[in-house]
This record gives sequence, structure tokens and C-alpha cells, in this order.
Amino acid sequence: MSSQVAARKAERDEPVIRLVDVNKWYGEFQALKNINLTVNRGERVVVCGPSGSGKSTMIRCINRLEEHQRGSIVVDGIELTDNLKNIEAIRSEVGMVFQSFNLFPHLSVVDNLTLAPMWVRKMPKKDAEEIAMEYLKRVKIPEQAFKYPGQLSGGQQQRVAIARALCMQPKIMLFDEPTSALDPEMIKEVLDVMVELAESGMTMIVVTHEMGFAKTVADTMVFMDEGEIVEIAPPSVFFENPSSDRTKLFLSQILTH
Amino acid sequence: MTETTIPTSATAPAGQTGVSGMALERIRENVSEPPPTEKIGALRWLRRNLFNSPINSALTVIFLALLAYWGVAFFEWGILNAVWYTKDSNVCREATGACWAVIAEKHRPMLFGLYPYDEHWRLVIALVVYLGTVCVTLAPPFWKKYILVPMWIVSLAVVGTLLWGGVFGLKYVDATDWGGLPLTMVLFTGTLLFGFPIAILLALGRRSRLPAVKAISVTLIESMRGVPLITILFVAVNVFPLFLPEGMDINKMLRVVIGMAIFFACYQAEVIRGGLQAIPRGQYEAAEALGLGYWRMTYKIILPQALRICLPGIVNHIIAAFKNTSFVLIIGLFDILTATTSVMQDPLWRRFFVEAYLFVALVYFVFCFALSKYSHQVERWLNEGRRF
Repeated sequence: MSSQVAARKAERDEPVIRLVDVNKWYGEFQALKNINLTVNRGERVVVCGPSGSGKSTMIRCINRLEEHQRGSIVVDGIELTDNLKNIEAIRSEVGMVFQSFNLFPHLSVVDNLTLAPMWVRKMPKKDAEEIAMEYLKRVKIPEQAFKYPGQLSGGQQQRVAIARALCMQPKIMLFDEPTSALDPEMIKEVLDVMVELAESGMTMIVVTHEMGFAKTVADTMVFMDEGEIVEIAPPSVFFENPSSDRTKLFLSQILTH
Repeated sequence: MTETTIPTSATAPAGQTGVSGMALERIRENVSEPPPTEKIGALRWLRRNLFNSPINSALTVIFLALLAYWGVAFFEWGILNAVWYTKDSNVCREATGACWAVIAEKHRPMLFGLYPYDEHWRLVIALVVYLGTVCVTLAPPFWKKYILVPMWIVSLAVVGTLLWGGVFGLKYVDATDWGGLPLTMVLFTGTLLFGFPIAILLALGRRSRLPAVKAISVTLIESMRGVPLITILFVAVNVFPLFLPEGMDINKMLRVVIGMAIFFACYQAEVIRGGLQAIPRGQYEAAEALGLGYWRMTYKIILPQALRICLPGIVNHIIAAFKNTSFVLIIGLFDILTATTSVMQDPLWRRFFVEAYLFVALVYFVFCFALSKYSHQVERWLNEGRRF
């Protein structure tokens, strides 16, 4: 364990995501205000904050599902610009899991998983299927491989979605409120998979309200409000001794029940 | 937060189908009773559906009476007193019933138009090859590129050779002499083969973020939809050649097919656009997030779902396109309907046009009904194992 920590500390100096003064507007509304954030290799960042605070917008900017209008975003050494080649290169290195799963309903689970490796990575079908089965085992639903997404429960669908992103063997995983659309009894099965993934050393940015999960896996907590990053701190400091009043208010609101 | 839950496609079925197959088995074994078998007797059905109010009862009686009257009349005319076969039109004149003999007498010019009489066997073979190819194409086990593509190339080459001739000792027949059912098939197939890809491109183009692509698509769709098909055919055949450089000529049949294809495509594009609009944003985002480029995303993720959603509308326009082939009469081509009209000018047989047209109607109906049945079957295939 200690050697793992040391190894991770050594990698710390290597930033894989760097956001500098990122600003974004929707029409007149400013969704992101001067966002500065650096994520190192292997770091697990949990982003929280009230609705409409820009959490999702920020992580969606990282794989260019949203376009930022000012500032710079560098992912894995590539700056995000209008260059389509760069965008596609970054997207294939950055896996994303959505709140509403967004599985492809017309494809079976295994086809959902093999599609991108076969068509983006040009992997032979057989290899792609092997990898798919391996990741389905890791998310503990290999027996669902030949079903269609509509036949699975929400928790199973979200685990398939995680496996689908992992099949591209990304360097970074983004989670956009992965458990918010789930029934309570299914949240745990998804979080368990995410905890395992975190233990494997994956670089992760997770937008979530699951504070228990945050305490377990986060290296860094980020609190956002009204489009700004209000506080960046390690979880011990963040939960015990937050510096900002807005963070205190938010934590008191979500931790009381 | 910018994300939205997708109301129907993802969350709702997840809730409904949350019980896994095994759990469902267990529930059935332990708790549930079998559902009550509902048997509605014929009498109860009649009372519930046909005689549930005085007005309904009266309407039922009236329509049954009319139906019986027409049924008997048609049976007497069409079967009891009908003349089934004769070479002599006078036999038909004396009969009180239908003269189905006219079909036996005239079926060849009706089905094959102006095509040289002695070469009709070529058309029969061409039709068999063509319909065979279509039947194979419609069967799912053959839905593989390495079967369909070569098969269609060979089949179109064979059909083309048979229709045109001019090689292998076959007599050359100009396209303007093609007629009847083969002409209908050529026009219909050409319309679909050219029209469908154009329709998809126009539908995508209309939703494109590139202003030029969008403008071209919108202009083409709106202008072509605003013009009757007859005008488009007239322009394609009579006006378009005026703009070609001297000595250059594009085959008339090709011009007609392209005109019809563009007309078909502009309507079909709007149907497909409806399907595209029904695809949740999350599908695009998931595909993009995986690194799929625009064309791969469209081909693998978006179109399969969109076409499935708008399949009924698509089939609607395909059937319309089949019947629209009869418009070529205004530019002097003899499809099956026009060929029949001209055959029925024969003074000996002209009074039996009803029977002839009934026959043509039956031909149209068989093809359109088969298309419709097939599309239902496709919907059933697509629904198998997929609830979303």
C-alpha cells in the first residue's frame, strides 16, 4: 500500500489535464468563470456543488462536448481547439459516463462495448470482444453480454456504460453524476465498480453528490458554485475544515440527511 | 446542471424491466396465479361491438344488407355469369357477366407495352431475375454486403442486358420502347436506388451545422416539394436537354428516373428528418465521447435508430413512389397502366375496360400489399428483444 502511494506521489508531478482561466457563456449567461484546475496522472478528483453551478459544463468541456470560449484546456499534452483531429484524439483517450447512461439501444451489450474499439481503434472483432468480456466481468455482469440495454436495470446499464468507456482503454475517466438517475438500491453496485476502478490507479474526475464515495476515493475535492471554483482541498480538509462559507453552507445542507 | 434525463428511451424501460429474468421466474412460481383466461363468446362479441346501441344495431343491419347485396351482385357478375376464356369478343358481348377473357387476350401488351412481341420472353426472364433478387434481398439471412452487393450488380447487369439487348445476338430495343410492368419496375427500382441515399443526405444536410450544406438542402427540399411530379418529369424530359451542350444527350430513361428520384428524395428526407429529431441528444454525445467521427456516428448509431422510428413513414413514401411511376404517361412512356389504356383502344374489346383495369389494380395491390406486409414484418424483427 505504501509503495503504491509513493508511486502515485511520484506521478503526481505529471499533470494530464490543465484548465487555465476557462470561461464559457450560454448566450448572456456565464456558465464558467475563470476556471483553473490541474489534474495529475492517477489523481481522483470529485467535483461537487449545487445544481447549475457549472460542474457538468466543466467536465464536458474537457472532452469538448461543450466548447469553452476563453482560456485554455490541455488534455494529455494536446490543447483543445477547433482542430477536429485533436478533438477525436482526446476523446478516444478520455472515457465518459453519463447520468442517463446513453447506451446504444439498438445494439446488444457486447456490440455497445466493441463498437468504438473496432471503429476508432481499428481493433479486430475478436480482440475487441475479448476485451469487452473482460470488462463486463470487471463490472460483474458478463452474463448480460447478449442482452439489449432495454432489458437491463438502471444499475446494470450504468455498469455497462462504464465498461463501454473502459473498452477504449482511456487514460482518463469522466463521470457526470453517474448515480443520479438510479434507484437507491442500485447506487451501491455502480459506486462499488467506481471504487475498484479508482483503486486500479485510473485518473478520474467525478461529478457526484455521493459524499461517502468522495470521502473514500477522492484525492482532491473541488467545490463549485455559480460557475466558479470556490474551493479545492484534500477531503480531510474539505469535510472537516472548509475555508469558504459557501462550502460550509453546502455541506451542511447535503450532509444533514 | 446542463444534463437532462431522457424521459422515454433510457429510464422508463429500466424501471419496468428492472426485475431480472430469474427473479421473474421465481415470482411466477411462488406467488402468481395464472391470469384468468378470457373467453369472449361470439354472441357476446357481437353484442359488445355491433349491437351495443339502437343506432349501432341499425347501422349494422343496413351495412350487412348492403354488403350482402353487393357481394351477391359481384359474385353473379364476376364469377357466375363471367366469360373466362374466349378468342371471340362477341361471346363476351352476349354474356351478362364479366369478360375475364380480355385479360387472356390482351395481357401481353398490357404487361409489356410496346416492347417487340417476339422478344417478350426476355422480359419474363428479366422480371423473374429481378423479383428473385428482391425476394433474396428482403430476407435477413442474406443481409451481408458480400452477398447483396455482387448479387445486385449481376442482377442489374442481367436485367439491363435483357431489356436493351444488342449483345449476345439479342435484338437491340431502345429504352423508349420499354413498357408495362418491366418499365414500372425499372422506374421504381431506379427511384429507390438513387432516391434513398439522396434522401438520407438531404435529411442530414438539413440538420447540418455547416451553413452552405444546410442552405442547399433546405432550398432543394422546399423547391422540389412545391412542384408537382408531372412538372419535374416534363422539365427532365423536355426542358433539361435544352441546357445541354449541342450533341450531348443524356438517356431519356435516366433523366426520368433521376427526376423521380429527386422528387422522392425530397419527401423522404423530411420523413427521415423526423426520425433524426427523435434521437435523444445523449446518443450523439455518447458516440462523440467515444471518439466516433461524424460519419461513423451517423452510420452506426444515429441512422439505424432514426430509420427504425420513421419506418412507417418511409414505407408510405415507397408505396407512393411505386404508384407515381404511372405519371410517365405524360412523357410518352407506357407503364403498365398507360399500356392498358392504350390496349383498350381496340374497338373489339374496348367495352371490357373495367375487367382490364381491375386486373391492373390487382397487380398494383399485390405489390403494395406485399410491401406493407413486409414492413410490418421488419418492425417485428426490429422489436425482438429490444424494449426502448
